[in-house]
Amino acid sequence: MLTDAVHRLLAAAASPGDLAAARAQMGFSLAWHIVVACLGVGLPLLTLVTEWRGLRTGDPVLRLLARRWARAMGVLFAVGAVSGTILSFELGLLWPGLMGRYGQVIGLPFALEGIAFFIEAIFLGIYLYAWDRLPPRVHLWTGVPVVVAGVASAFFVVCANAWMNQPSGFTVRAGRITAVDPWAAMLNPAAPPQTVHMILAALMVAAFLTASVHACALLRGRRSAYQRAGFLVPFVLGAAVAPFQIVVGDWAARFVAANQPVKLAAMEGVFRTGGHVPLTLGGVAGADGLRYGLEIPSGLSLLIGDSPGAVVRGLDLVPPARRPAVTGVHWAFDLMVAAGFFLLLMGVWLLCAWWRARRRGGGDPLAGRGGRAFLLLAVLTGPAAVVALECGWCVTELGRQPWIVQGLMTVREAVNPAPGLMTGLWLVLVVYAAMTAATVVVLRRMATERPVPVAPQERDVEDYPVV
Amino acid sequence: MLADALLAVMWLGLTCYALFGGADFGAGLWDLLAGGSRRGLPQRRLIEHVIGPVWEANHVWIIFVVVLLWAGFSPVFAAVLSTLYLPLTFTALGIIARGAAFAFRKASTGLAARRLFGACFAVSSVVTPFFLGTVAGAVASGRVPPGLAAGGPVASWVSPTSALGGVLAVLACAHLSAVYLCADALREGRPELAGAFRGRALASGAACGVVAVAGIAVLHADAPRLFTGLTHRALPLVLLSAVGGLVGMVLLVRRRYIVARASAAVAVAAVLWAWGAAQYPLMLVPDTTVAATASHPAVLTACLASLGVGAFLLVPSLWWLYRLFQQDMGAGRGAAGGGRDEQGGWEGRDGRDGPG
Repeated sequence: MLTDAVHRLLAAAASPGDLAAARAQMGFSLAWHIVVACLGVGLPLLTLVTEWRGLRTGDPVLRLLARRWARAMGVLFAVGAVSGTILSFELGLLWPGLMGRYGQVIGLPFALEGIAFFIEAIFLGIYLYAWDRLPPRVHLWTGVPVVVAGVASAFFVVCANAWMNQPSGFTVRAGRITAVDPWAAMLNPAAPPQTVHMILAALMVAAFLTASVHACALLRGRRSAYQRAGFLVPFVLGAAVAPFQIVVGDWAARFVAANQPVKLAAMEGVFRTGGHVPLTLGGVAGADGLRYGLEIPSGLSLLIGDSPGAVVRGLDLVPPARRPAVTGVHWAFDLMVAAGFFLLLMGVWLLCAWWRARRRGGGDPLAGRGGRAFLLLAVLTGPAAVVALECGWCVTELGRQPWIVQGLMTVREAVNPAPGLMTGLWLVLVVYAAMTAATVVVLRRMATERPVPVAPQERDVEDYPVV
Repeated sequence: MLADALLAVMWLGLTCYALFGGADFGAGLWDLLAGGSRRGLPQRRLIEHVIGPVWEANHVWIIFVVVLLWAGFSPVFAAVLSTLYLPLTFTALGIIARGAAFAFRKASTGLAARRLFGACFAVSSVVTPFFLGTVAGAVASGRVPPGLAAGGPVASWVSPTSALGGVLAVLACAHLSAVYLCADALREGRPELAGAFRGRALASGAACGVVAVAGIAVLHADAPRLFTGLTHRALPLVLLSAVGGLVGMVLLVRRRYIVARASAAVAVAAVLWAWGAAQYPLMLVPDTTVAATASHPAVLTACLASLGVGAFLLVPSLWWLYRLFQQDMGAGRGAAGGGRDEQGGWEGRDGRDGPG
């Protein structure tokens, strides 16, 4: 019976339409969740830092800011929790071939993630709802497990994703998995670069999105201390992470070059293995190379191998059927890098403006015509961080195609052979569209609403301002 | 042995989901039936206030169960999720709608928005446990064969046992929730609400009893193996459930709300363990066993060890969470303690809401 099951598992193939639907559904729900998940990791840290500073300095502006961010956090965490749960269902609903065979190998990081998520949910409940029931210092400490567990959740989940890129920690004999080392599977070689890259990205997305919202308010003339702090605190945090993220991104790309050469070839549009490979920006993939791109001679050889003659492996390593869609992966990669450098430069701009204002003996780095131009661009930092996030995720997932587990199982082998996946996709799209609209409306209302409740989630006591 | 231990931990997680997460779904059902926006307001506020801080933590139990099933018994996970694609997709969408709408309603002030999100929250609170119940019925009646999508996409869960599972799940959630809310209402200083939920707890408890008795006939006809298991090996647990349910009703009549909670919880938990005991050692009826589908010992050990360590963090944290919000916070923090008086929306101030 079991061998029969395994046989079905490998031999079954869904119709192409259903496979496309399953991929679209998984991609869509992941793309949705990844943004709120990042906010779930980064926003608690921002809020906690602000609350801590507010308590230490007694600054009412910072304390108010922390409470208002916490309210948004309550809504975002709820939608993050449910959209994340759906992903664990979808792994089985859409990719039972993957889970039936390799579920046990990647079970451990998910079990650990379950524990971390539990801690996060428990302490978020306490942090949000017991704001006025606990002494301020104790309350501050209840936020710490939320941050730690949020980062830990991100780590464990990305470990599982890294395993799909670098499957390890198990032995196969005659088509059967005969031994599993779950710790080795979890801490696979791709885990370090991927997890660090993702956690930094989460911080940047949360920081720049929050900064964007307050930059809008500043541009509309609401130049209060509240809006200034609301912009500067997250922006500085995001800008401080940006340079590290670029270094980590380079590490991650070199890792991919060494371990998933086909993915790197797709990212950079390298068709033929060889030396003196140019770095191509943009372009469209033709039959044997990128066209219309901007080429920097020997650029890629220098970046990957530190010498102009260094050999870079190309797509010709594998037959065309085993190659990912080059144009999409390449553009996603270039967009991510561009967005990353934009965020870095915005940080540099603020640093220069601050330094010049200081030399002139004080003054507001956000004032004047330069300040206005800066704020206009600063509004774009949040969307840019999200673009970088989504593109980076596209690179790692689309770049692995047609594999779901690199070199071992294709998406076609993993997909649920049941009919009707297309219907499921439409249902999911409708529900997510409604949820997106509602989230945006609720958050917008929240941002413009005046009264601030004592405990962020306790509406019944909101008539009593604390600050 | 290891596999049995992991299965037991998973079943414990499922029990916790039923007792805590289930009660939150039940609260949604009572929210749905609370009446017009003015008349139903006190009840809705109590429900919102009571489940607000804890529902996310309670919800995590389902993730726990799902993850342990795939980590410990991957082929069973693949078989169940691929065959029961439809009811589980409905469950997943119900989970999304319930959680998101609840949070949105809590963050909204306008009556129209609160009505829309409230309706969404309440309806999905009924839909979700119903489909989870049909899934349980499909597995318990042996309609999920091993392999990928080997069972019929519709026939596997449109069956008498699945219908029984769905209805029983909704009623059990409603009963648990009503029993829990009695004590919550008293704590918040709303004895009239406690009285209302007491009536609902008694009604839903009686309905559970009737459906359970009718279910004996359904299982006899539709799932004979399960029936045999329930009437032989699992009989003590079945009887425990019946006794727990009846004692709970007597305690409700006598207004002993806190003890009634324990009794109702025993009744529901015993049903789940009776099912487990009746089906063991089969994961999928008729011949897929726990031992045959269990993961490698290294995986089981790693998961059990992690859960053991995790329990040291989780148990005190959960205890603190429930303690914090089950304490009598005195005046000024009541859920039904008044608030903003919006047109046709919020109830007027009733004087309990002292400046905190």
